Amino acid sequence: MHYKHSGKALYIQLEGEIDHHTTKGLKEKIARAFEPTDCRQMIFDLSRVTFMDSSGIGMIIGRYKNAQERGGTVAITGMNPGIERIFQISGLAKIINSYASVEDAEKALGESVQ
Amino acid sequence: MNEIETNRPEANRHDNKISISMESKSQNEFLARTIVAAFIAPIDPDINDLTDIKTAISEAVTNAVIHGYKNGEGQIELTMTLKNGELHVIVTDYGVGISNISKAREPMFTTLAEIDHAGMGFTVMEKFMDTVTVTSDLGKGTTVEMYKKLTKDL
Repeated sequence: MHYKHSGKALYIQLEGEIDHHTTKGLKEKIARAFEPTDCRQMIFDLSRVTFMDSSGIGMIIGRYKNAQERGGTVAITGMNPGIERIFQISGLAKIINSYASVEDAEKALGESVQ
Repeated sequence: MNEIETNRPEANRHDNKISISMESKSQNEFLARTIVAAFIAPIDPDINDLTDIKTAISEAVTNAVIHGYKNGEGQIELTMTLKNGELHVIVTDYGVGISNISKAREPMFTTLAEIDHAGMGFTVMEKFMDTVTVTSDLGKGTTVEMYKKLTKDL
């Protein structure tokens, strides 16, 4: 996992396979990256993620709640068709917006990321 | 002769069956879905089917690890059968069992209190596989049986 923060946004790039086993460590890493900052938004780049099951969906829901507590939200970018399918089926698509690229997410979030 | 060869039903040429017993450990979620992908590889499945199957197996094994054995010790049996182009998967644990199966299968129902647990495991299995059957005995364990007809990648 790679991350950076800029303005009010935490950018998180995930890679490889996201399941119950790998989300355990990811949750801790994201918390350590998010908590000390005053970021409100989390922008996930999933373009290097090759597999994700419902544990990944749960992990994103948890981070969405963390962002909401600060008046922000979560944006998902770079999903492959397999991940897009579980994103839709799980109902996550109803609460979290997804974009083709990080740049598109930034445009949509506008001033709230600055 | 060649004509006879090509007319022979392709589907059952790859009929096969394997059974694996693995410890209830979260790293075996990856192993289980990798094994199923290798198991069906000879029939060159459609990429969407492959992703669906890997995801469903990952959900079933994860359920066994976190619900069946509550992240403790135990054994998970995985049996895969390929017959006439249809995959049949059985995932069995000998853990705590499920008291109310229909409740457990409801979307977003979970017995875990964590904020980041989706409760979508059975919903995903049902969406990605053709049929999903769950049998469970309290204190004895749970068996999840799934079928999916495979379409060949063209």
